[in-house]
This record gives sequence, structure tokens and C-alpha cells, in this order.
Amino acid sequence: MSATAQASARAVQPPYDVARLRGDFPALHQSVRGKPLVYLDNGATTQKPRDVIDAEAQFYEHDCANVHRGVHALSERATRAFDEARAAVKRFLNAASTRETVFVRGTTEAINLVAQSYGRPRLREGDEILISELEHHANIVPWQLVCQQTGARLRVVPITDEGEIRQDEYLRLLGPQTRLVAVAHVSNALGTVNPVKSMIEAAHGQGVPVLVDGAQSVPHTRIDVQDLGCDFYAFSGHKVYGPTGIGVLYGREALLEAMPPYQGGGEMIRRVTFTETTYAPLPLKFEAGTPHVAGAIGLHAALDYVNAVGLDRIAAHERALLEHATAALSEVPGLRIIGTARLKASLISFVLDGVHPHDVGTILDHEGVAVRAGHHCAMPVMEHFGVPATTRASFGLYNTLQEVDALVNGLRKAREVFAR
Amino acid sequence: MSELRDLYEEVILDHNRRPRNYPKNPPGANRHAHGFNPLCGDEIRVHLKVEDGVIVDAGFEGAGCAISTASASLMTQAVMGRRVAEAEDLFRAVHGALTDESGKLQASPERLGKLSVLAGVKEYPMRVKCATLAWHTMRAALASEGETVTTE
Repeated sequence: MSATAQASARAVQPPYDVARLRGDFPALHQSVRGKPLVYLDNGATTQKPRDVIDAEAQFYEHDCANVHRGVHALSERATRAFDEARAAVKRFLNAASTRETVFVRGTTEAINLVAQSYGRPRLREGDEILISELEHHANIVPWQLVCQQTGARLRVVPITDEGEIRQDEYLRLLGPQTRLVAVAHVSNALGTVNPVKSMIEAAHGQGVPVLVDGAQSVPHTRIDVQDLGCDFYAFSGHKVYGPTGIGVLYGREALLEAMPPYQGGGEMIRRVTFTETTYAPLPLKFEAGTPHVAGAIGLHAALDYVNAVGLDRIAAHERALLEHATAALSEVPGLRIIGTARLKASLISFVLDGVHPHDVGTILDHEGVAVRAGHHCAMPVMEHFGVPATTRASFGLYNTLQEVDALVNGLRKAREVFAR
Repeated sequence: MSELRDLYEEVILDHNRRPRNYPKNPPGANRHAHGFNPLCGDEIRVHLKVEDGVIVDAGFEGAGCAISTASASLMTQAVMGRRVAEAEDLFRAVHGALTDESGKLQASPERLGKLSVLAGVKEYPMRVKCATLAWHTMRAALASEGETVTTE
């Protein structure tokens, strides 16, 4: 281990008690192919603490009912729990009101909602949507669809070879024809933390609203949508230790108010006749049909859990993991880190000379180490760096320095296998 | 439990290091297809020269993992000199063995010869498509579908 790695190892000692936190996550305590599981695929999804699993089970075992409908006891309990979940989300994001927090299936649905309800009615030929080269497909394809529908044009801000959005190009492309900026807070493929606050300021200077894709930032850093000043913010519950199938779209109330519904159905209406339907007030206008009540309750438990551990402490712990991993991986012969931005979240993409990422992934799996191998739903990023795929290790609040070492040992093994 | 060496065995590693008929688009090739695995982004182009119902030459281009590269390399060797119908049979045997629980590939090593090494992939369901990509692409080329086939 290098001196840097040792220094970072010392930095992550108590009061952050990783061992105790790991006890809260049942799935972490298992063997994979005869080795203890080392779960380093948190960028894809996180494992769930017992609190989240119990909260969902409690709902299904005791309080299962539809919300905002029945007058019976179970429906009252379910409705209260659902509304409390929304209030927890509002506090978590520091939104101004629960009218601004819409439950959706995840980040992807949130972005599609904005593209179709905000973008589609407004966009005309000659209008532009501005995104960056490092976006996840979920923040590319919805905009391509709405551009096809309206004749608007998708513009892309290039990135540097370090994996940072070129701010000079951003300011150049941001113009009178720009109708919306949509940008990731953190790149899922590279780990880059983008300067979204200053990007939002620049956009607002031109009167352009900004959507921030927060899927990869919410698990790692404290979010304050009012401080950021963003107009929309989207995240997924399952990447922040909550259930799959539930996520959140934050939108500034004035914008949401002016947008037509995304889907029609029950729950989102005030009054329906065959000639005219009036819609429910925010946020229910955007929540057609029976919502994912159990998911919202599970998400509430997840946010409570993350708050109890403390996002600042999580961020400090993960920073130590990132520093240790960056130092240790740099010592693996033939390894090249893809994405070397000055500010990164706790994930590392890399390629290993002569070993395809899929083979790296399979060999690591044999060592019990779970990583992601592939294009990370960010094919344009892969193209920029001239690689078909990378291997990605992404860390969460429960990972340890020993697990980083297990990753490094697995990579040395991969080199051995392919050197035969 | 399977051993890593069953998957990354010598023949696979050898064909990954030194892929045969690669990169190659044989002169006079008259059957081509493009294969794509959207899961990982791996791409392959298969070129065949078919004369009087016999595959007289074969080659491939592209980049992929060790499993897909070795499988493509082995495929080109296996189909060369065979009649189109025989190559189709081989496709079915390999594909069946990799995707079917009954494990025909191990059951008939004499029929598949060197291709038996691909059997190790069966233990890794996420990797089966890596091994079948070249075979799907070869079949598409024979059918002269001339368009991109995917593993999906």
C-alpha cells in the first residue's frame, strides 16, 4: 500500500462505525462463489437496511390499503404513512412545499415527465434543449423523443479528457434559443461531480430553467434544491438504500402548476364528467393511479436511515474510500482510470490492459466482488474515451477499506489469468 | 461449484490472444452480417464466402470480451469447409448446448470437438450471450439478412 493509501486509511476511523452499520444490511452477509460478498455496485443499486425491509413488510402485514380513498382504519393508516413519506422527501431535499415533490417510479420517469409535460407543449422548431456529453441515457433519450415530436434540437456540451463538462462550451451553447438545460449532478460512468450550482446561475441569467439528474448524487451528498436553485431535480429511491420502483421529481411549484398532467387516471382528478375533467391539486395531478405506497414508505425509512447516519459523515467516509481506491488501483499494472475529474463521487471506472471489462467482471465475481462491467447506459461517454466498456467500482456507506483491497487483489488475479 | 479455469481455459485464452481469421474480410466474401450485443456494446462483423453451398472462407472483425472473441474465432474455424446446412446444424448444437439445461454439448463432444470448451460459459448465464453473438451473426450472414442482429 502506498503512503497516500495509508494516510487515507487512517482518515476513516471512528466515530464512523462501518462494522455496526454493516450489521443493518442483511444482504451484505452472504457468500458468493464461496467468498464473502464484496458489494461494489452501489451505482447500479444499493443494498437495503433492515429498517427499509421492515417498513415495507409492516405496511403489507398491517396497514395495506389504498390511499386517499377509503374511510376505514387501514386506509387512514396507509394514507398517513404515505403523506408522511412525502413530507420526509420534502425535508430531505429542502423543497419549499410538499406540492413540489411528486412520487414517480424513478429518475427515468421523472425526466420523461418533464420532457413530455414541460417540454412538449412549449417546444417549437428552432428551440434547443441543452445536455452534456456525460449524461446517462435516461437524460438523453427522453429529450431526443421530445425533439422528434416538436422539431426542437438537442445540443450537447462536450467534456474534457478528464471527464469534466467544458464550462466554456456550456456558456457558448447556452443562448436565446435554449429552452431547458438538463444535466447530471454526478456522472454515473465517471464519477464527476458537476458544478451544477454555477451552471444553474448561468442558465437563469438567460431565463432558462434547469433539470438536475440527481440519481447518483443523492446517496452521497446533502441536497438543498432551494440553495441549488434548480427548477427540477430527479432521483431514484433504490440508489439511496430505498426500494426499487419509487423515485421523486422535485419541481418548482409555479412550473408544475403550469404543466399539464403526464398521465390520466384516478387519483389525479378533482372532478370528471364526459365533457370536462378538472385536475387534482399538486402534487397529485402528476400521480395518476394507485401510487407505490409501500415503496414510498420504504423510501421514507431509507431517508430516515441516511439522515441518522449523517450525509456529511457518509460523504467523508466515501471520500476516504475513493482516495484509498484511487491510490491502490493506480498501482495495478496496466490499469487506467477513466474519469479523473478534480471533484468525484465515490466511484471509479477503469480499464485493464488486455482484459475486457466483462472478463474482469466475471473474474471479480469469482472472488465474491460485485462490480459493474459495461457501458453504464452512457455510450457517448464510452465513445469519448474510445473504449467499448469499462469496469466500475462504486462505493456506498457500508463499504470498507478491506473491500477495496479485495477488489485490487481480484484485479491482480484477472491479470494472472490472462497472462497464462 | 465451477472453477474459473473451466471458463477461461487454455483454448479460450489462446483464441482470445490470437484470434484466427481475424481481422479478416476474405476476398470474394458474399455473405456478411453485423452482430451487436446491446448489453455490453460488443460488436462483430462476420464475412463468409459461400460457393456451391459450401463455406469456403470465413473471417470476422470487431472487438469484444475474451469469450466472444474466442467463440468467434472458433466459429470461423468450425464452419470453414462445411456445407451451409451443416453450419446451421452446428449453430443449433452450440446454441442449444449453451442455452438448454439438458447439456447436449457435453453429451456429444465428438460432434463438436474443440467447441466443447464453450460449455464452461453455461455456468455464467450473464455471459452466454457473449458466446452466442458470433454464432447468431454467422447464421444471419448465411441467411443474407444483411442487417444487424442483436443478442436480444
